[in-house]
Amino acid sequence: MAKPKLAVWKFASCDGCQLTLLDCEDELLDIAGAIDIAHFLEATSKIEGGPYDVSLVEGSVTTAHDAERIKAIRANSKVLITIGACATAGGIQSLRNFADVTAFTSQVYAHPEYISTLRTSAPISEHVKVDFELRGCPVSKHQLIELIAATLAGRKPHVPRVSQCVECKLSGTVCVMVSKGEPCLGPVTQAGCGNLCPSHGRGCYGCFGPKENPNPAALSMKLKEHGMIGRQVRDFYRSFNAGAPDFAEESSSHE
Amino acid sequence: MPAAVGERYLIESPEPLVGALLLAGYRVIGPQAGDGAIVYDEIEAAGALPRGLTDEQSGGHYRLKDGDPDRWFDYVVGPQSIKKYLFPAHQKLWSATRTPDGFDISPAGDDYPKTAFFGMRACEIAAMEIQDKVFDNGQFADSGYGRRRANSLIVAVQCARSAETCFCASMNTGPRAQSGFDIALTELDEGGFLVECGSEAGASILGGLDLAGALDGDWEAALDVTRNAAAMQTRRMVGNVAEVLREHLDHPRWDEVADRCLSCANCTLACPTCFCSDVEDVTDLSGDHAERWRTWDSCFSLDFSYIHGGAVRPSTKSRYRQWMTHKLSSWHDQFGSSGCVGCGRCIAWCPVGIDITEEAAAIAAPLDVTGE
Ligand code: SF4
Ligand code: SF4
Ligand code: SF4
Repeated sequence: MAKPKLAVWKFASCDGCQLTLLDCEDELLDIAGAIDIAHFLEATSKIEGGPYDVSLVEGSVTTAHDAERIKAIRANSKVLITIGACATAGGIQSLRNFADVTAFTSQVYAHPEYISTLRTSAPISEHVKVDFELRGCPVSKHQLIELIAATLAGRKPHVPRVSQCVECKLSGTVCVMVSKGEPCLGPVTQAGCGNLCPSHGRGCYGCFGPKENPNPAALSMKLKEHGMIGRQVRDFYRSFNAGAPDFAEESSSHE
Repeated sequence: MPAAVGERYLIESPEPLVGALLLAGYRVIGPQAGDGAIVYDEIEAAGALPRGLTDEQSGGHYRLKDGDPDRWFDYVVGPQSIKKYLFPAHQKLWSATRTPDGFDISPAGDDYPKTAFFGMRACEIAAMEIQDKVFDNGQFADSGYGRRRANSLIVAVQCARSAETCFCASMNTGPRAQSGFDIALTELDEGGFLVECGSEAGASILGGLDLAGALDGDWEAALDVTRNAAAMQTRRMVGNVAEVLREHLDHPRWDEVADRCLSCANCTLACPTCFCSDVEDVTDLSGDHAERWRTWDSCFSLDFSYIHGGAVRPSTKSRYRQWMTHKLSSWHDQFGSSGCVGCGRCIAWCPVGIDITEEAAAIAAPLDVTGE
C-alpha cells in the first residue's frame, strides 16, 4: 500500500506551528516512515504535485490571492486540517478586524498603495470546508503527533475541548487566580498547552482559543473584581485568538 | 510503652511520630506550603510541615498567611486531596503490542509504596471512605484502588480551627474524625498533642515512642478543640437537601447559577469524592503499539456525556444541575450517603466563587410565586 501523501501549507502566520512539526525530532523519523511528505517547504525543497491525502494548513487568509490559493489546496486534498491560532481563528493579525486596515497600512508603509490586503484576517474555515482544527499558538507537539497518528489510523484524535483549568487540576498546579488574584483566561480557554503559564505562576493568555460552551461574560466580571478596568479586559481577550467569535464578542463588549 | 487500640496518650510534638513512620519504612505524604497554598507532597522530616502558617478562604479566594509560629496545624484543607494518590489523575491501565496473529496485552505496573498520609482532616478521611465505596461496591472492585488503599496508613489531625468555607459540622463528617484513622492527633491549646490510637498498625508505630498516658481532663481539652472549630463554622448545608433538590429540578435558580458558572470543572476536580474518569486509547505512529489511559474527567465537560449522536448535557445549566443533584441527592441512592463531606474546596477553588451551600439554600427557600 502506498504511503499517504502529506502536504504542509503556509498562509499569513509566523511559521511557529510548522516549527512545532519540525521540533518533533524523535517522532519525525516515524512520521517520515509512515507518510510521504510531498510538500513541506519549511523542511524540504522537494515538491510533489497533488492530490494529497492530508493537507496541514498554517496561517490565516488576509489577501485575495490567498483566498483563491486555499480553494485550490482544498480541491487537491482529501483531508484538510488547520493548525494554530492563525488558521483556526485569524491569529494576532485579526486585531485588524476591530479597526480600519487602511489606517494601519498608511502609517506602516511608505507606499501603502502597493499593499493589497483584505479588510479582515480570517480563519481558513471561513473560506473552505475544514476537516479538523488543531488549536494553539503554537500548536502542541503532543496534540500534533496524536492528530497525525489518529489520522493515519483512521480514528478520531483525542483533543479534549475542556478548559485550561482541567490541565491545572490534573497536574496539581495551584490556581493562580484563587491563590494570588492573578487574572487568568484559563476558565474560558481550551486546554492543550500542557499547563504552561499557570504552572509558572502566570495566568493563562488564551493561546488555545475558547473552550466549548465558554462563559467569558462571567469571567470578565471576576476579572474586574480582581482590579482590571474595561479596556484591560478588552485587551486581555485580544491576542492570538482575538478573532475567535466568543472572544471577539466579549472583547467588543468592553470597548 | 506498648500502645493499645482505643487508648489515648500525650506527646510533645509530631516530630518523633514522623520519624517513627519513616523508620518503619513508610513513604510519608503530608501538608506542605507550595505555590501559595497547602499542598500534599512527600515529607522527609516533620520540619517540612508548614508550621506557623494559616489560611484565609472564601468563595474563589485563598491566601496562605503567617499565623502563630508555634502552632503546627492551624491551616485546613488546600486545593488537593489524597485522591491524587489513591485515584491518580492520569493512569496507564495497560499497553498492547501487535503480533503476527493479534496483539499481546501487558498490564501497567502500579508503583505504590507503603504510604502514611500524615495530617489528614476529618473531611479528608470521610471523603476517602466515600471513595472506598465508589471503588468497591461489593459487586465491582477497582483492584488498583484496593491495593493502594490497603497499603495506606492514616494519621489524622483533628481540626482546631475552621476556614470560612468549611461546613463539615452540618454534614456530620467533622471537625472531629471519630474513626477511619490509625492514629489521630489533637493539637492542644496549651501546646502538646493528644494522641488517639485507632488500629493495630497505629499501635505498632506508637509503641516505639515515648508516650505519656492521657487523663480524662486531657481528653476533655481535646474535645474542646474540635468543638471550638465547629463553632467557628459560618456555612452550613440546608437540611434534607437530597429531597429538596429531587423535587426542584425545574427551579429557576438553575438558570441563574448557569449565568455565573464557567463550566470550567474546577469544583469537581478539587472535590475529594468526585470520581469520574475518561478512558482513552492512544496509538503510536507505527500503529503497532497502543496504550489505554484513565484520566480524571468531569460532568462539566461536554464530551463526558457524549453518547452516539451527541452530548446529553450541552448546556451549563444541565451540567451544574447534574453535579449538584448527584453530589447531594442521587448519591444517596447510589452509595448510601451524601457525596459531599463539607470540605469547602469547591467554594474556595471555584474561580468565580460559586457556593454549593448558598445554591442549595436558594433552591430550598420558598419560591416567590406571586410573580413580583
Ligand atoms: S490558574 Fe487559571 S487555568 Fe488554572 S485553574 Fe486557575 S483559573 Fe483555571
Ligand atoms: S462538594 Fe464541595 S464541599 Fe462537598 S466534598 Fe466536594 S468539594 Fe468538598
Ligand atoms: S461551579 Fe465554579 S468551579 Fe464549578 S464549573 Fe462552575 S465556575 Fe467552574
